Amino acid sequence: MDLDAVAEWSRYVVVVAVLGYLAAWLAFCAEAGIHSRRRRAVTTAVPERELVGVASSAAAADAPAEPPAGSSGPGDTELEQRADRLGRLGRGVFALATLVLAVGVVMRGLGTERAPWANMYEFSITGTLVASIVFLVLARTVVGRVVAVWAVLLIFVTVGLAATFLYVPPGPVQPALQSYWLVVHVGCAVIAFGLFTVGAVVSALQIVSERAADRGRTSGFGASLPNSVALDRLGYRLTAIAFPIWTFGPLILGAIWAEVSWGRYWGWDPKEVWALITWLAYAAYLHARATAGWKGTKASVVALIGYATVLFSYFGVNILFNGLHSYGGL
Amino acid sequence: MTTGMDTRPPVDNRPPPLSGLELARWAWRQLTSMRVALILLFLLAVAAIPGSIIPQSDVNPLNVRDFRARNPTLSEWYDRLGLFDVYSAPWFAAIYLALLVSLVGCILPRCWQHWKAVRAQPPKAPKRLTRMPAYRKVEVDATPDEVLAVARAELRSRRFRLRRPAEDENDFVAAETGHLRETGNLLFHLSVVVVLLAVALGGLFSYRATVLVPEGTGFSNQVIQFDSLSAGALFDTADLPPFSMDVDEFRMEFVEAGNQIGQPSDYEATVTVVREPGAAPETHTIRVNEPLNIDGTSIHIINPGYAPAFTVRAADGETILAEGPVPFLPEDSSFTSTGVVKVEVPPEYGDDIGIQGSFLPTAILDQNGPRSIFPGARNPAVFLTAWHGDLGLDDGQPQSVYRLDTTDMEQYQENGEPYRKQLVVGDTVQLPDGRYITFDGYVTWVNLQIGRNSGRELALVGGVLAVVGLMGSLYVRRRRAWVRASVGPEGRTVVEVAGLHRAEGPAADRLDDEIGAITDGVLLRLGGAEGTAEADREVPGGGGANEKKESGED
Ligand code: HEM
Repeated sequence: MDLDAVAEWSRYVVVVAVLGYLAAWLAFCAEAGIHSRRRRAVTTAVPERELVGVASSAAAADAPAEPPAGSSGPGDTELEQRADRLGRLGRGVFALATLVLAVGVVMRGLGTERAPWANMYEFSITGTLVASIVFLVLARTVVGRVVAVWAVLLIFVTVGLAATFLYVPPGPVQPALQSYWLVVHVGCAVIAFGLFTVGAVVSALQIVSERAADRGRTSGFGASLPNSVALDRLGYRLTAIAFPIWTFGPLILGAIWAEVSWGRYWGWDPKEVWALITWLAYAAYLHARATAGWKGTKASVVALIGYATVLFSYFGVNILFNGLHSYGGL
Repeated sequence: MTTGMDTRPPVDNRPPPLSGLELARWAWRQLTSMRVALILLFLLAVAAIPGSIIPQSDVNPLNVRDFRARNPTLSEWYDRLGLFDVYSAPWFAAIYLALLVSLVGCILPRCWQHWKAVRAQPPKAPKRLTRMPAYRKVEVDATPDEVLAVARAELRSRRFRLRRPAEDENDFVAAETGHLRETGNLLFHLSVVVVLLAVALGGLFSYRATVLVPEGTGFSNQVIQFDSLSAGALFDTADLPPFSMDVDEFRMEFVEAGNQIGQPSDYEATVTVVREPGAAPETHTIRVNEPLNIDGTSIHIINPGYAPAFTVRAADGETILAEGPVPFLPEDSSFTSTGVVKVEVPPEYGDDIGIQGSFLPTAILDQNGPRSIFPGARNPAVFLTAWHGDLGLDDGQPQSVYRLDTTDMEQYQENGEPYRKQLVVGDTVQLPDGRYITFDGYVTWVNLQIGRNSGRELALVGGVLAVVGLMGSLYVRRRRAWVRASVGPEGRTVVEVAGLHRAEGPAADRLDDEIGAITDGVLLRLGGAEGTAEADREVPGGGGANEKKESGED
């Protein structure tokens, strides 16, 4: 009974984290707003710089925090300091919200006495926690800082949905799920899910950034993003970490668990099929990069297709299909 | 990049020439090209989708039946396209076989090339090391020979492979490392082939059968005793291990209270196994994630249910016409179960009796009629009606044991209404024609799956090796390093250290660090005295360095 209360309370802790993410997002938005105001001020004050700006837009976009040299007008340093303060504040709140979310996840795990990823609610909060941590690590770099604005929004929405629509009260799981394979198999899926999510955000931003650079934009959202080449690489590296985890967890351990639990290691259940489709899609992404030499937007589009299959293996299959895996708890 | 590192097979896009042999070679080159591999990967992913949306007959035959009933014309088309059996359809097989051939055709030549590359000597130092992406220059007092000896030791300790110097190569050391990248890549692709073969060949020898066993009864492992059997083409019934098994007890537990009330929490079967006729009986338990393995065949719990037990007596109240538990099929999560009891009656005691009933483990009767509200047997009851006439059991037609064929039967009537009774354990009711039905109680039943998945160990080994190879392929960097030592204009020894790598991106930083570390290592090995040496770092290609400093995503 007490344990159930702990698990129930974890929901409120998660809600607090949601509010924290909202606050962090607002701070990041404010920071980005100030930056774009500065950029606009710069381009209007020194119109002839525009040409130069175009020529070096890739380099300039790399470091959005620094205005083109020699353009600091009155009050500019003050604005910059304010933006920096807001950015630091946002990162602090983001870290705090992640900590709170971690507490919520742990409480859920303690309260239910099992790994907290047996239904969609739990999977969502734990997966988001992983994504948050990845983002926090990235937020120490310039690229990561720009990505964070979008990441936090995504995290806010996901945890918010989880705590409202996907919520299921704590309880034990059915016999088929009482297995340590569950812990490792789904655990790997959660981690890969988190990494793929971050990778997808980066890939989407990469496309925007490349388009902005192609059109020679010096202001606006696209120009505020890091260099598209840097985003491209970051997206690749995240996927390169996630892909073996996906191979090992959902596919190999999933097959072992299916063998133990259902007596066949591969049975073309919709969830299995979609895990395979995701794997093939990301294998195609890695191939496209490594051997066909696709870079930039082309590769990012493939990565986003891969991510669409991740989302579908998770939400689509749980909600739409009625296979052996449909324990979504909806 | 440098020659020798690019091991991709060339893609020949010319249209096919006319001769048959050349056509075959052209087709082979196309098939093993990277572009085609990419297309096939995508194609396989797309081809797998319909099978997850349309019900599949080997995954869920009941859904297929429902679907056919609802969409007869569409189903005809689906049948033609094999859409109810996507994963064994010829077009699906064609794609993955093409991928398999492409994979083998791509990998084998690469294995050969890699074998040669591993045995080949690292290439000579380029004339101008300053052109390499990572470069350091220091001056030391040691002689060039001393420096080169130390450099060899340093590079070897960093697991670089050294070039065996030719006669006239006495001013540099050349080294290379990271062949594990390609090794890992090949291991990965070969393992994928192994997994595919293990699954395909294993499937030929595998079998899977189900048998429904009420508590207290048993079966022997023979085809005639199975309720269903699916087996690969090369499966031989003689391979079935000759065991027999009795289910002594089958226990189901459910969550008793709280918001998940009624969810199953544990199923456990206690069984007695006799491995072969005459062997000593052994007792084992089977649980949901703990199958029993008997000589390579594993036995799993699939689903459970209840079997109410009845005794049917003749009108004299003595002669037993039928008795024992009859499995009923659960229809909802509270185990409201339905089934039929078919009683073939010798003519002297009247015509056949067919009982049609529901078993409710925790029965309530409300405005929705009788139903069960909890899957555990808290208040078991049976609601039944009965028919009499000819069951049609001896006309040779196979019949479902769960359905009554009432064509030649008539429902009992009572007071002008169909005959209906509600019984709790121990109750006896009399049929309008004087015969008796007693509800004696119930037992549980368990549907067991008996099967063998040949090749699973091989598939597992392949899978694990694939991940290991993948990590090598994705995380190892292949790179070269050179150290050149020559006497400079001032009489001191000028040491140049340079590196080249194939990987893109942030690896540039790491290569730079590595070359720096090698330089430091060489200086350290030469002794502290060289600490005064002036390290002169030159960064070629200012643009690239700029970029990596600012993006700083490493
Ligand atoms: C089931 C099919 C296949 C899967 C799942 C698969 C997967 C992969 C993966 C994950 C990589 C690692 C990419 C990287 O190093 O960044 C890779 C690399 C590679 N694959 Fe495949 N592959 C498949 C089929 C093929 C086929 C049919 C070919 C040849 C036609 C092929 C040729 C290559 C080559 C040459 C590389 C090395 C790229 C490099 O490191 O430069 N693969 N593959």
